[in-house]
Amino acid sequence: MADHFAAVLNPPSDGSAERLARIRAGLKSRHAREWRFRAYGIAATAAAIAFVVILFAMIFAKGLPAFWQAKMDLDVFFDPAIVKVEPKPVQQEGQSAADYRKAVLDWERAVTLVNWNRVIEAAVRAKAPGFQIDTRQVLTVVETNERFVLRDMFVENPGLLGQTVPVRMLASANVDNWLKGTIDRSLPDAQQQLRDQARGLADQLYADGTIGMRFAWNIFVNVDSRSAPAAAGLAGAFVGSLYMMLVVILLSVPIGVMAAIYLEEFASKGRITDFIEVNINNLAAVPSIVFGVFGAAVFINWFHLPLSAPIVGGLVLTLMTLPTIIIATRASLRAVPPSLRAAALGLGASRTQMVFHHVLPVTFPGIMTATIIGVAHAIGETAPLLLIGMNAFVASVPATPFDQSAALPVQIYLWQGNENRNFFEARTSAAIIVLLALMLSLNAMAIYLRRRLERRM
Amino acid sequence: MTDLSTSETKPETIPMHMTSGSAIIESSELGKGKTVRTPDKENRPVRVKARDVSVFYGPKQALFDVSIDIPAKAVTAFIGPSGCGKSTFLRCLNRMNDTIEGCRVTGQIELDGSDIHDRDLDVVELRARVGMVFQKPNPFPKSIFENVAYGPKIHGLARSKSELEGIVESSLRRASLWEEVKDRLHEPGTGLSGGQQQRLCIARAIAVSPEVILMDEPCSALDPIATAKIEELIDELKQNFTIVIVTHSMQQAARVSQRTAFFHLGNLVEEGPTDTIFTSPKEKRTQDYITGRFG
Repeated sequence: MADHFAAVLNPPSDGSAERLARIRAGLKSRHAREWRFRAYGIAATAAAIAFVVILFAMIFAKGLPAFWQAKMDLDVFFDPAIVKVEPKPVQQEGQSAADYRKAVLDWERAVTLVNWNRVIEAAVRAKAPGFQIDTRQVLTVVETNERFVLRDMFVENPGLLGQTVPVRMLASANVDNWLKGTIDRSLPDAQQQLRDQARGLADQLYADGTIGMRFAWNIFVNVDSRSAPAAAGLAGAFVGSLYMMLVVILLSVPIGVMAAIYLEEFASKGRITDFIEVNINNLAAVPSIVFGVFGAAVFINWFHLPLSAPIVGGLVLTLMTLPTIIIATRASLRAVPPSLRAAALGLGASRTQMVFHHVLPVTFPGIMTATIIGVAHAIGETAPLLLIGMNAFVASVPATPFDQSAALPVQIYLWQGNENRNFFEARTSAAIIVLLALMLSLNAMAIYLRRRLERRM
Repeated sequence: MTDLSTSETKPETIPMHMTSGSAIIESSELGKGKTVRTPDKENRPVRVKARDVSVFYGPKQALFDVSIDIPAKAVTAFIGPSGCGKSTFLRCLNRMNDTIEGCRVTGQIELDGSDIHDRDLDVVELRARVGMVFQKPNPFPKSIFENVAYGPKIHGLARSKSELEGIVESSLRRASLWEEVKDRLHEPGTGLSGGQQQRLCIARAIAVSPEVILMDEPCSALDPIATAKIEELIDELKQNFTIVIVTHSMQQAARVSQRTAFFHLGNLVEEGPTDTIFTSPKEKRTQDYITGRFG
């Protein structure tokens, strides 16, 4: 080493030629090292991209077919011989509103008691005349809740009695499996979900076009269902997640940004601020399930907020998102050049004016990014929601954040565990696609907003 | 450099400030009626009076008992090598040091006879009266108009939109920037050239009509042509404003200032009319610095 320095400091008298030779001798290995490092970088990037591609390919390959499911186009005859009910009551002269209401309810009850399955059976049989199949097997081809669809149609319009109308009905999940081949067709009859006759009927109806793979709107407009898996949808979970997101944005953004501004711009640096800073960083590292325990203990047991409600989920996720937003906002505040602050203060702006007129506008894109990262993280979070009861089976769309509700990630978890694996594997992936689409559209919105704000400045 | 080594290690032993300046300050009691003579041989009233100002950054003392009188409507230049405390002292004059964590200022500074550290004096008001231009041009990332209008807006100086527009125009004219930007007032101020940005910052400072303008090496980030423009501007502005300029360039101090103060190692070594400082300094260190022996 000393020799080396001596050589550098006192070059030999023959001078530049030898020096150049030395530099050139080292060049090759230096370039090789550079090349190797680039190769490592490219390899790492390629590996990361490959994993993402595999993930997406798997999800889409499994999930996309679920957006098309077996539906049958039937001509339903509202047979007066089966639908034996009085005409819908009309309000009589002098009849009180309550009495009228009672009469209508009685009539609706009578409609419900009609054996709608016989109407469905007749409609199916009409599509396959002469096909030898018993009643029970016919009904396994159609999803079980379709009888309620017919009932609702009739309640809506009692004039349908005696008429034939085309209705598109959901085929049962088992038919969907059979036709899509998600169940092994070579399995013996005892291991099949559908009996032999029903499988034959499904094949025949599929061949003549009565059953077709149609876009599954029901995924978006229906709520979860256990008795009628083919009708199960994400509407409730979607709205629940939306409410939680709303709560998270409304609470965590103002609180987080204000806390960050106070800590960064106003609080005097000292032990207390250091202590707070350390604890905020610690909070960001707390496992999310711990927030769930906290939420169950405080929001549900202490404040007696309802179980499985988006408001509680939103509060828990807010707590989880706050550190992310505070840390990222503080980082972007710290990145504001001090000269901007000096310019404002030197002109006689107060600290508050400096922050709100000059510092905050330039940090806005950073705060937006922080918010989006935080919210995207929160909306995909499952563990804390399990502890506040959001894994309950809720088959309704919540009207307010205080109603019981499902949530998208929890719905994915529940469907993943559903016993009808053949059917729900695809549907789980479909739910994942919906969740991803929601997140990506959120991100796209944020990027668009950020661009616009940046351009305005 | 060698003959300074002792004074570097023991700055407190240096003969105190103002050895020549005090000769020029008239013998009357320091106060409102006092005047300071500048090279144009006029006696000007004292606008800023500092007595025994020391500045500490944490435990480290950066400025040692500086006392100086700054005359009204003249340019006072602070010169000295890097780290000599000239910018630190400048920032005392509008209490910008308050914004630095751990910075402590002792001593007395008066603006027009009133103590700037007085509890009754709001620092916001002080900074409206003592404007500042920084080393690096730092326009707000807003339009040119917004940049100039910001000060009058927050201080409520304009009663109407047309009055505000008037202030913006006259400030830009006084900063001799109007002709260059009048057609693009609503374009971002950050899109201007470096020299234009600095003149915009000067326009922004004078829009509040301060009594004193502090300039912290305003030309150090500019090319010679832009520097010449700013110097010309400073020369014009001294008709209406009291200007204090910190500069690294002795030529600049000689060109623009009427009085010069030489700082070294946190001490005010010598202060007086610019021609005196440059032609017959009393202190050897001043002479060494001016002749380029160190610094």
